[in-house]
Amino acid sequence: MNQTLGVLARFANPAELIEAAQKVRDAGFEKFDCHSPFPIHGMDDAMGLKRSILGYIVGGMTITGATLGMALQYWIAAIEYPLVISGKPFFSWQAFIIVTFALFVLFGAFGAVFGMFGLNRLPRLHHPLFYSDQFAKATDDAFFVSIEVADKKFDETKTQEFLASIGGADIELVVGE
Amino acid sequence: MSILKKHPERDPGATEVVGGDELLVTGGHDFTSLTNKVSGIVENKPPSQWWLVFTMAVSGLMLLLGAIGWLVWEGTGVWGLNNPVGWGWAIVNFVFWVGIGHAGTLISAILFLLRQQWRTAINRFAEAMTIFAVITALVFPGIHVGRIWLAYYMFPIPNQMLIWPNFRSPLLWDIFAVGTYFTVSTLFWYVGLIPDLATLRDRATKTRKKVLGFFAMGWRGGNRQWQHYEKAYLMLAGLATPLVLSVHSVVATDFATSMVPGWHTTIFPPYFVAGAVFSGFGMVMTLALIARKIYGLEDIITVNHLEKMNKIILVTGSMVGYAYMTEFFIAWYSQNEFEVFAFINRAFGPYAWAYWIMFLCNVITPQIFWFKKLRRSIPVMFVASIFVNIGMWFERFVITVTSLSRDFLPSSWDYFSPSIWDILTFVGSFGLFFTFFLLFLRFLPMVALSEVKGVMPEADPHHYHHKEGGAK
Repeated sequence: MNQTLGVLARFANPAELIEAAQKVRDAGFEKFDCHSPFPIHGMDDAMGLKRSILGYIVGGMTITGATLGMALQYWIAAIEYPLVISGKPFFSWQAFIIVTFALFVLFGAFGAVFGMFGLNRLPRLHHPLFYSDQFAKATDDAFFVSIEVADKKFDETKTQEFLASIGGADIELVVGE
Repeated sequence: MSILKKHPERDPGATEVVGGDELLVTGGHDFTSLTNKVSGIVENKPPSQWWLVFTMAVSGLMLLLGAIGWLVWEGTGVWGLNNPVGWGWAIVNFVFWVGIGHAGTLISAILFLLRQQWRTAINRFAEAMTIFAVITALVFPGIHVGRIWLAYYMFPIPNQMLIWPNFRSPLLWDIFAVGTYFTVSTLFWYVGLIPDLATLRDRATKTRKKVLGFFAMGWRGGNRQWQHYEKAYLMLAGLATPLVLSVHSVVATDFATSMVPGWHTTIFPPYFVAGAVFSGFGMVMTLALIARKIYGLEDIITVNHLEKMNKIILVTGSMVGYAYMTEFFIAWYSQNEFEVFAFINRAFGPYAWAYWIMFLCNVITPQIFWFKKLRRSIPVMFVASIFVNIGMWFERFVITVTSLSRDFLPSSWDYFSPSIWDILTFVGSFGLFFTFFLLFLRFLPMVALSEVKGVMPEADPHHYHHKEGGAK
């Protein structure tokens, strides 16, 4: 059965999109998003978004990676398979810094990429907005505001009127299964 | 204001200036035409030159597979290695290819942190070049062990012999450094590709749409996504920057920690990194000039972009030249007769021919870029970039072979000559690299669309306020 999933409105350029974002935020909407082919400087503030927590995820992952790296080498060289090589101590931590650093970076990169996927709820191949035909332009040259039906303030006609009043064009009710 | 304004007559396309910044994309493109231009390349049939080059590349790949097959069947004796020279072209080629990769990461990470917006035009295919160069490089440590079915000894995995690798060896550091480098570069590249894959997805139909949609992961370009995306990109750049500087430093320790005159020097890590960036920019330049010609990307990869790359080639080439001279100075200053011998032998011994090819290509060639006219001349920079590639291969050859061929005992000295299998493997490695690279050009957007759009003046919200106020 088809049902309303949200409203989509197009804006002419990044400047108008930012103004629209501020107005949508000020009107009290929460479940809305601003779509653009590239990130727009200043949009986070305009939408009232909090800082991304990704930095903490990456920080945690880098420390985990470095700890694991040093522990792995310590366990191998000093406990499981101690070998005297050039008379150096079994736990030659100076020589282990490089692998520790490599794993620091590796885990941090995994944290950055998969943390970003997690925070963005990706992969998500099916989304209400993909029912809209004009939305395909969001990755090309068009700028959209979308408001989800789940938003507390959502009302089929009023929300459409509101988007029109702040300068939105091609306003569309996104309908799908 | 751009310095280019001084020479409007030289290159009329290069003088478009908006709001004090030079225009990175010329030719009057807007977002739509940019999407059409870059997407069109992968959506339409490839030009006939593509098929020609691809056929050559696949032939090269076959050559490589054949040469490796013979190596595995017969053993490393098929190569020209002899008793003092136990490290031959395999390590030379490995260092050569890993070095090439470094330019891609420099462009994608370091120039990103330095806010060099011109990087957007070239970063996508420079990153692709990195990944394929590292893949090609990794072939060599894999096959040089002779019994390649035992290559898993290189990794710290539990095995039936209850033995573990030695983490005090730089060769093992290399496995981790290059392995991490490959993984991080691939992740970085893929993250950059997601918005552009979404662009292609939204233009496609049927199966193509499904395949692209799968890899675009459902990207919607919402700012709630961009917010985390940009953060992830910044984090990756921050992590990749020390990584890329460390990778070739670690490769340098393969040599520097050995007690071999000519290798055992503390200058090696920074000198290798400068050389790597130098060689990588040589390769980026070669590839960029060809791609921009074949696909008509002159508006996106402008002469300004190329000029900036030439400046980096000049800087890093001069650093390499400085390192060559420092090596000689230190050899003299050390008063160590073996060290002095190693370097005099390098420049005037049996491998003098290789040394002077290296010197001419790496130290003299980039000096032409002091002149603006030469820096902006496409034929000149194409030839120079080829010289850089040649010179940097010879640098690794000179370092590896001259030192080894003059062993500690004069009775064991020998001259290294490559066998036909060395040569075929090396030629074939270009086949592997170009096969990957051409498939990339054919199927993926070679210019980072979302990033290029983001640095156009129209992407800045303030651009429109100026217009309304009548400032322009």
